[in-house]
Amino acid sequence: MTSTLTISNLTKTFDSFTALDAVSLSVAPGARVALLGHNGAGKSTMMKIILGLIPYDSGEVTVCGAQPGSAQARAQVAYLPENAAFHPALTGLEQIGHYLSLRGENPRLAMELLERVGLHGAARRRIGTYSKGMRQRVGLAQALIGKPRLLVLDEPTSGLDPVSRRDFYALLDGLAAEGASILLSSHALTEVEARTDRILILSGGRMVASGSLADLRQGAALPVALHVTARNGYASDIAAALPGAIRVDGELRLTCAQEDKLPLLARITGFGDKVADIEVLPPSLEDIYSHFSRRDGQ
Amino acid sequence: MMTRILATAGTEFRIALRNRWVAIAVVLMALFSLVLSAAGSAPTGDLGVDRLSVTVASLTSLAVYLVPLVALLMSFDAIAGEVERGTLPLLLTYPVGRVEILLGKLLAHLAVLTLAVAVGYGLAALAAFWADGDALSGLPALLRLTWTSILLGATFLGAGYALSSLARRPSGAAGLAMGLWLGAVVLYDLGLLAAVVADNGGWFTTSVFPFALLANPADAFRLFNLAASEATAAAAGVAGAANSIPLWQSAASVLLWPLLALALATAAFRKVSP
Repeated sequence: MTSTLTISNLTKTFDSFTALDAVSLSVAPGARVALLGHNGAGKSTMMKIILGLIPYDSGEVTVCGAQPGSAQARAQVAYLPENAAFHPALTGLEQIGHYLSLRGENPRLAMELLERVGLHGAARRRIGTYSKGMRQRVGLAQALIGKPRLLVLDEPTSGLDPVSRRDFYALLDGLAAEGASILLSSHALTEVEARTDRILILSGGRMVASGSLADLRQGAALPVALHVTARNGYASDIAAALPGAIRVDGELRLTCAQEDKLPLLARITGFGDKVADIEVLPPSLEDIYSHFSRRDGQ
Repeated sequence: MMTRILATAGTEFRIALRNRWVAIAVVLMALFSLVLSAAGSAPTGDLGVDRLSVTVASLTSLAVYLVPLVALLMSFDAIAGEVERGTLPLLLTYPVGRVEILLGKLLAHLAVLTLAVAVGYGLAALAAFWADGDALSGLPALLRLTWTSILLGATFLGAGYALSSLARRPSGAAGLAMGLWLGAVVLYDLGLLAAVVADNGGWFTTSVFPFALLANPADAFRLFNLAASEATAAAAGVAGAANSIPLWQSAASVLLWPLLALALATAAFRKVSP
């Protein structure tokens, strides 16, 4: 199957600042891809190029088989901007009805869409009275119009509470199952961990990592931490047997490379009754993320 | 294409209604028209024209100031407001052309303006009918004034969109719009008048002045209405000039300016990058 979105060697500079530097990626139908990066890493710039809102300097971008921003591409791509904004004088129902008309759909479908995002209770109230989370839902409702083939979502869960966030990802799963490709940006790796098929990390305009969470974990090769609690009185014995261990509050802390983990565990269990407890801490998602994010520039 | 333009127009009209622009425009036009017909109701008997024609002559002078003002007030926020609210990027990702967005807004604002003009002129006409039974003969002049007012409004709406696109901030756009109004409607005429007086019937007055009048949509509007109206004698000022310029030229200017303004607005809007 052909990709919904293909980008190769995309470069974009603003004056002398390089916002994107030879970025390549492709998104298959039904794939959920998360785009991560610090502020100014180039996430929003890349999204705006995909949407055809701003031009790019070099490289190739193909969206649904067409040029980004062409009528053919725009008809099949939905966008949820960061901090979705709407005219405050319109009601949610009117605003969604308007967007439906612009996509050539029946504006009467507006209520149905608002129900899908849980906003039907406030549909007839003006958007000016909505909270940030409610505006975000209006934004999500408009992104669902007309079965788009590609959804570009810029920090879609900012302003949503944990329950709404779960509902939101459930909705995305449904869309992906129907074949829509999803490209969403986020600041937090913890949030997108279980919800996306692939993670891309941008740093300083360069693509520094790409793959599933397991791939990233392997690529980062960060050390595993072990916390060993000794039975009363045996702490010194064990510390002597494990060079490199540090004593913190009666606990022994040590780190080892991923491949040394099992031999080390075998040694520790070999101490038998002297050990009360072992805790194995794999590198956290935040550790992995900072590892990739920091590799360039800092 | 039509559905998208009409949908935009419908939404924009609703916004104009909610923002009280419809009420403000209608009340403004009605109020000024009534004041004008009350003020002009004194000595007109010896002019030999009907009452409505006299009213149309005064309404022309009113419309030349008020219609551009109302049009600019409605249009300066059209693009700059979208940029400031942050609604423009999303709108531009929709399969809708920038010309379609502009045409939709134009249609809605033109509807508001038409409503205001119809109410204002209608009230003035009723007052004229009430005072003078022969006023019916001035009806063609009133209709002509109505459609040219709408075209004049379209010109300044387009100019307002162009300024709104260039400024990208509502405050800047408001300043530019007021500058345009002052320049095109007030200072332009004063400048021409000064030049004509200084020239004292020389080359400028005979060769440049007529074109200078035609080049300004507000002056062309006034010329056309006064020249076409039988009440030319009732109006002072440009009446002399109005007679020296063929009617088709001022009509052409009135008809072409809205298209030119829309083209300018489209060009300026295309340059806006969200």
